[in-house]
Formats: sequence, C-alpha cells, structure tokens
Amino acid sequence: MTNPKGRFGIHGGQYIPETLMNAVIELEEAYNFYKNDPAFNAELTELFNEYANRPSRLYFARKLTETLGGAKIYLKREDLNHTGAHKINNVLGQALLAKKMGKTRLIAETGAGQHGVATATAAALMGMECVVFMGKEDTERQALNVYRMRLLGSEVIPVTSGTATLKDAVSEAMREWTNRIADTHYCLGSVMGPHPFPTIVRDFQAVISREIKQQIMEKEGRLPDAVMACVGGGSNAIGTFYHFIDDPGVRLIGCEAAGRGIDTFETAATVNTGSVGIFHGMKSYFCQDQYGQIAPVYSISAGLDYPGVGPEHAYLHDIGRAEYVPVTDDEAVNAFEFLSRTEGIIPAIESAHAVAHAMKIAPEMGKDKIIVITVSGRGDKDCAAIARYRGEDIHE
Amino acid sequence: MSKIADAFKNGKAFIPFITCGDPDLETTGKIVREMAANGADLIELGIPFSDPTAEGPVIQSANVRALANGVTTDKIFAFVQELRRDVTVPLVFMTYANVIFSYGIARFAKKCAEIGIDGLILPDVPHEEKDEFAPAFRAEGVDFISLIAPTSENRIAEIAADAEGFLYVVSSLGVTGERAQINSNIAGMTAKIRENTSIPCAVGFGISNPQQAADMAKCADGVIVGSAIVRLIGEHGRDAAPFVGAFVKEMKQAITAAED
Repeated sequence: MTNPKGRFGIHGGQYIPETLMNAVIELEEAYNFYKNDPAFNAELTELFNEYANRPSRLYFARKLTETLGGAKIYLKREDLNHTGAHKINNVLGQALLAKKMGKTRLIAETGAGQHGVATATAAALMGMECVVFMGKEDTERQALNVYRMRLLGSEVIPVTSGTATLKDAVSEAMREWTNRIADTHYCLGSVMGPHPFPTIVRDFQAVISREIKQQIMEKEGRLPDAVMACVGGGSNAIGTFYHFIDDPGVRLIGCEAAGRGIDTFETAATVNTGSVGIFHGMKSYFCQDQYGQIAPVYSISAGLDYPGVGPEHAYLHDIGRAEYVPVTDDEAVNAFEFLSRTEGIIPAIESAHAVAHAMKIAPEMGKDKIIVITVSGRGDKDCAAIARYRGEDIHE
Repeated sequence: MSKIADAFKNGKAFIPFITCGDPDLETTGKIVREMAANGADLIELGIPFSDPTAEGPVIQSANVRALANGVTTDKIFAFVQELRRDVTVPLVFMTYANVIFSYGIARFAKKCAEIGIDGLILPDVPHEEKDEFAPAFRAEGVDFISLIAPTSENRIAEIAADAEGFLYVVSSLGVTGERAQINSNIAGMTAKIRENTSIPCAVGFGISNPQQAADMAKCADGVIVGSAIVRLIGEHGRDAAPFVGAFVKEMKQAITAAED
C-alpha cells in the first residue's frame, strides 16, 4: 500500500529538515533489508513470544455481549502484553532494527507514557541508552509511568514548549534527533512522522490483525463483521485493521478522542474536525486554523491527545475503506467503568474509546454478527485520573 | 534571475533573520529598516508557525510571542507591501510547509510576487518534496532556496545542481541557536557545492558573534544570523531596533574585513 515515495494516496511523504534526510534513507534501506531477513524475523518472533507474551488472547467477552444484547464481542487483549500495551510490538521491532544498524541510543516521545515505558523496557533489555521526551503536563497526569521509565534506566525530559503535551514531545524528539544522529535512533511510537516510519510501525503492529484473523477463524470459522480500535496517531488501529483491509466484508472502525465534543474546541478528533496539512514530517489530517497553525487539542486521554493522525488512516478515510468516529471523554469514562464491572478488565482510557463505540453499535447489530475490539492497553495508569474526573481525589 | 543575486554583489553578504510580528509588526518594520541601513544585504522574514521543529528555544519563543500578538499570514503580506514603499533590500520568507500549504501554494506564491518577496526558505521541505512547492514559486519569479546540512554528503551534488537564489548551508547538526563553536567542515561543504553550481552559498545556524561570522565568511559568500538577533529583540522588545542596527553593522564590518 506504500508507493515508493512513502505515500498513501496524497498523504505521507518526508517533510523534514535536510539534516535528517540521510538518517531516514539509511533507516529505510536497513528496514528493507531486515524485513526480509529470516534471522531478524526469527529473533523478533522470539522476543514477541517469549518476552512480550504474544500471541495476545482473543477473548470472547460473554458478559459484555449478553449485557449489550447484540453482536458477539471479542476483545483482542493487547493489554496483556509485557508493559501493558500494544506499544511493545513496535518498540521491540524498532529497537532490534536500531541495534542491527549499530545504533546505541534510543530516543522517543510519549503521551500517556506507554510508548516511553515500552522504549525504556526495550532499551534496558538490549543494553541501549534511552531518553524519553514527555510533555510536562503529561508527566503530571502520568507520574507513575515517569517513575517506571526512570526505574528502567531511562532519562525522562519534561517538555515545556508549546502546549506541553504529546505533539510538543514529538517536536522535541525530532529536534534532538537532528542534534545527534550518528549513534541515535528515533523510536517513533505511532504510524506517523516521515516515511518510512508509518510503514515500519504499521508492519510491526500488523501482528495484531494477523493474530486476530487466525484466532477468529479458529473460534468462529469466519471473519468478523467489524474490527475496532482507538485512534490517536493510530498505531494499534492500523495494526488491528491491516490484515483486513483487503476483506471488504470487515468494517474497520477507528475511534477518535472527541474530548468535550467535536462541536467544541476541546477535542482531538482529527479526521472528524481537521483538514489536510503538513506537520511532523507527513501530509495528513490535522487540527489547525485557517493559516495552518496547529491547534491545541484536548482529550482526557494523554495517549490520544494529538492534533494529527497517521497518513495511512487519512488515506483509508479518503477512499472510504475505514470509518472514523468521535467518542467523548464522558462516553470513554463510562466505558472504562462498564468494562471493568462487566468483564473484570480495566482498559486503558485510550482503549475505552473503542469500547464506548462498541457499546453504541453492538446492541443494534444482530446476535449473529461478530465484532472485535482491540483493548490496546491496561487501565491501571488511568485510575487516579478517572477518579478525579468523578470528583474523587486519590493519591497514588 | 531574481534580486537575490544583488545581495551578493556587495562583498560577502550579511543576512539577518527576524520573526515578523515579534513583538509586533510596527517594531518589525523599524528593525527591518534599521538592518537595511546598517548593511544587511538580504533579510529573512520569518512567518511564525505554532510548532517550529527546526528552531531552538530563542526563535521558538519569538514564534510564540508573535502568534500571541495575533499576527497572521495575511497581516504579514500587508506589512511587507507597506515595507516595500521604501525598503529595496532583497527579502525572503522563512516559514514552514504548512503555513504555505494551508494558504494554497499557488495563491501564496502569487502573493509573494505581488508584494515584492524574492525567495522562500522552508526548513521542513527537503529536496524530495521540493517539486510540490518550487514550480509555483518559480512561475512567479520567486526563488525556492534549498538547504544543505553537515549530513548531506552524497546529496550535495544533486541539491546544488538544482538550486535557486542562494544555497543555505546549515553549519551544524541540531536546531537554530547560538553556539560557542562550529565544528563542521564548512569549507569542504562549500567546495563540494561549488563543483556543482555557481549560485552563492550562505552559512547559517549557530553564528552569533563577529569572529564566527568572519571565520564563516572566509569559506562562503554570505553569513546568516537569526537567534542572536532574535535574542536582542526578546531582550529589548519594542525598543530593539537601534540595538539590532548596531549588531548588524558590527557583523557586516567583520565579514567585510574577512574578505578573501
């Protein structure tokens, strides 16, 4: 689906400073070699299975299904991966690739802290130095993850520029990469940024839909009617969609963070409220004003609080292959609580956005229909914030 | 040929950068006139962007100040049009791809030609993406200025062969900002460039004092200074013009004395 210049329709590309061009070209060449290298793939599969606990379960949520009274709901349990989220899939792939390229240092951005923790984990495992950039506001929202990264031996740099959230952490990581390239790999956490990142990250996350396809065939003997995931930059969503893109009978549904609503300015629903632009190395949809100034975005979820979306999602939207729906803070918090009570599974607030949309559509679907929701991460990190949202001040 | 060539006819060129609207457009106008009067050969006018990923903290802050004061692309066009009544020094815009893309590339290029802008620098548009922007500007007689970095190596020949206006030689890794030392092999870079094009080379990123400017001028046709000037504006605000003027004069003298 990627053409040679790293385009997805009109989206994608390489809008980055000249200083970084040889670095991304080198990365693309290395990736094109190793992705077909049996030894690399064997090593990565070993890490996935033995270290990250793959394959992740495809769990039939019987109580959730019965309570909602419609379509049969399966949960793809990425929350059970080592480090508690899908982020580890991409990070193990990129860290292994970086190591093969002779890099000794990883840098990363993080929003909720899940990608930062995953990168810090891989760096510890592979004996690499690691520096994580995190918006100052997010370091406060996700203090526990900051501690985890430091515990794992990484340096965490709070970013105070701009809105002090995920987009600023990306900007700062890009700035750091232009400053130190020779020994450093920028371990980008989502299917965004300049080519080849959207392709590399998608390929490493595609393990999610590869497993879903095999697991659902074993359990149901047929493909699902819909697969759903939350979308910030969109890595767990593209991972969930990828092996179903060529199966037109499977609806692909991405759930965006609407914050306080898509009719307010406090939203992060990029496809629903944004327009085509160029930022962070790629052409895609962005929340921006009429002069192309990137808008401050808002969501209760630090991991979806990003003003753009990966270029392949922009393309899947343009061609009408995938649907992107907005889910508000309130709906996500309700789903967070609902899944906890019905299934005993506390989802990440990011993943709760997908659960919330399933709660809307499942009851309207026949009992013979099947939907798969990717639970991209576990929700322990969010408990304090959700308690605060409900007016209860708890201390971790 | 655009007016940019004129900037390199007066010995080594001194090229200052400022962010339009920092702290307001009236002050920017005063500073531009003061810089022109004190020897600036070409002036880079920054159109602020919310997320300037190639900039260090000093110029990032200038972008924030300008946008906080409500400056927009249209206000900057009106400002340049007014400036052009008496300011004849070549002017180029420096901004980010999205500012132009969102305005409409052809519409932006046409506007540049109408108000007397001679060139354009987009730090987030490398050679690979140039064709989306450059032809619209070329059609209006506005030069699309390419950058060459210390990491460009095997890319220099291709970029230089295709260059317009002048080549912006990035002196160092990293983002814009003052540096105590510049360690890249600038002479090696400019020598390689000159094997492939006769258009002038100007060195920028990190140059903040007369000694550095003189050193850079020995192996290039011009010197670009941004952060050191923007820092003065940050310190002196609406009263910055004479301070910037004195600085420009000192820098132009330093590179003139260094003439090889």
